[in-house]
Amino acid sequence: MSDDGTRDAGYDDFLDAVEAGEPYYLESPSGNGWLPPQQFDPETGERELTEEPLPETGEVLTKTVVNVAGPSFADDAPYVVAVAQFGPVRLTGQLQVEGQKRGVGPEEVEVGQEVAVGVARNETEGERVVVLEPV
Amino acid sequence: MTAFGKSPERTARELFAEAAGKAYDDAGLSPGAVEEVFYGNFMGQHAEQQGHSGPLAADSAGVTAPATRIESACASSGAAVRLGVERVRNGAADCVLVGGAERMTNLSTAEGTAGLASAADALWETKAGVTFPGAYSLMANRYFHEHGGGREDLAAIAVKNHRHATENPLAQFQREITVEDVLTAPTVCSPFGLYDCSPMSDGGSAALLVSEEFAEERGLDPEVAVTGTGQGGDRMALHDRVSMTRTPAAERAAAAAYDDAGVGPDDIDIAEVHDCFTVAEVLALEALGFYETGEAISAAADGETDIEGDRPVNLSGGLKAKGHPVGATGGAQVSEMTKLLRGDHVNSDAVSDAEVGLTHNAGGTVASCVVNVLEVVA
Repeated sequence: MSDDGTRDAGYDDFLDAVEAGEPYYLESPSGNGWLPPQQFDPETGERELTEEPLPETGEVLTKTVVNVAGPSFADDAPYVVAVAQFGPVRLTGQLQVEGQKRGVGPEEVEVGQEVAVGVARNETEGERVVVLEPV
Repeated sequence: MTAFGKSPERTARELFAEAAGKAYDDAGLSPGAVEEVFYGNFMGQHAEQQGHSGPLAADSAGVTAPATRIESACASSGAAVRLGVERVRNGAADCVLVGGAERMTNLSTAEGTAGLASAADALWETKAGVTFPGAYSLMANRYFHEHGGGREDLAAIAVKNHRHATENPLAQFQREITVEDVLTAPTVCSPFGLYDCSPMSDGGSAALLVSEEFAEERGLDPEVAVTGTGQGGDRMALHDRVSMTRTPAAERAAAAAYDDAGVGPDDIDIAEVHDCFTVAEVLALEALGFYETGEAISAAADGETDIEGDRPVNLSGGLKAKGHPVGATGGAQVSEMTKLLRGDHVNSDAVSDAEVGLTHNAGGTVASCVVNVLEVVA
C-alpha cells in the first residue's frame, strides 16, 4: 500500500488472499507461474492466465541476512530475505524471525527448508511484508 | 571520463560537462559537431530531484541537438553507447555524444541504498526488504549451493581489481587490499562484506562516436572502433528468472555483440565487466563464454583474470576499485577500454598485444545488459 493509503492492485490483493488463507498465483496455459498483476506470460506471450491456489508449502532456494537496509527497513535490520519455490512460482519474502520460537533461527535455515507463506508488518513503518515461515 | 570518487557537492551536470570536455579534447572536435546526445543517468530524481536530464546534459556539454536521457539502471550509459552506435550506423547521425553521470555521495548510506534498490521490482522485491547487495547475495548463496566456491574465491576478485587500480589516476580506490581485509570487513549482506561491494561514487563519462566518412572528412584518425554491440533482457525480478545463477540477458547481449563483430569469446584479449559485487564478475565471465557455467568462481584466485593472466579482466580496477557512479559506468568502461587498446592507459603496457576488447554493463540483477566489442583499427 502506498504512503497515502492507495492500494497496489494485484500486490495488495495477493496479501489479502494470504491473510484470508487463500493465496493464489497466476498460471499460463504453458504451466508457467507468475505473481499478480500479470496479464501476459512474459516467457510465452500467452494471455489466458488463470488464478490457481498456491501450494501450501514451498522450498527455500537461497537466503541472505541483510545488515544494511534502506530507510523503510532501518529498524528491522538485521533481517533474513529468502526466495522460495512454490510449485511453478517463486516468492521473495522475509524469513519470519518469530520462527525462532519454533527453534529455527535464521542461521539454521538452509536451502531446502520447507516454508509456508504469510503476511507480517515490518517494525520500521508498519507496512505489510510477505514472510516465509519455516514449517 | 572524470576521476571517480567522492565529490558530493558536484552536480551530475557538472560531472558530465567535464567528461564531455575531455572527450572533445581527445577527439579534436568541438560541441558544434554533435548531432545527437544519449545521456545515461539512473537516480537523478532521487539524488538531485532532477528528471528530464537529457537536454540538461546537452546544455552542459554546449550542444543544441536532440538529447535523451537513457535509464537502464546500472546499464544506462552502456545502453547510451549502443544507441549512439546504431544512430551512426544507420546514417541518422555522423557524430553522437554518449555517456552519462551520477551524483550519489550527497546521499546518506540509507538513502543511497534505497535509491539503488529501485532497480529491483518495487512490489515483489523492494517491499520484501531486498536491497541491491541483498539481491546479489541471494545469487551468490545460490551459486555456492549449486556450484561450490566460497568467500575466499570472491575475495580474490576484490583483491585483483584493487591491485589493477593502484596506478589508475581516475580510480576511486588506488590502493591494494588483502584477502584478509575482505574477509574481516563488516558484513553488508551475507556473504558480502564491505569489500565485496562497489562503492557509492560520483563521476561522469563521455565519448564521441563518429562515422568513418565523418572521420575521413575531418582528418580524424581514431585508433579504436566499436565493431559489435548487443543488448539482452530478462525478467525483472530475480525470483522470476529461469536461473538465479546464470545471467541470460548477458548471454544474449554477448551472442549479439559477437555476431555483430564477427568474433567469439576466444578472440577477446581483455574485458571490462560489471563487477558491482564480486560475484557479478563470476556470472559475467560465464555469460560471456569465457568459462563454462560454474567454473569461473576460481578464475581470480587462480590468477587467470589477473593483469599477468591469460585473459585480464577489469584492468581499470572495475566497478569495485575504479568506482561505480551508476549512470556513468558503461561509458567509463568504453573510455577505459579505448585507452587500454590504443596504448595510453596506465595498464596498457601489460597488454600491448591486445587488439580486441569487450565491455559488459549490467542493469539491476542483470535484467538488462549491454555488451560492446571494441577493436584496434589503426
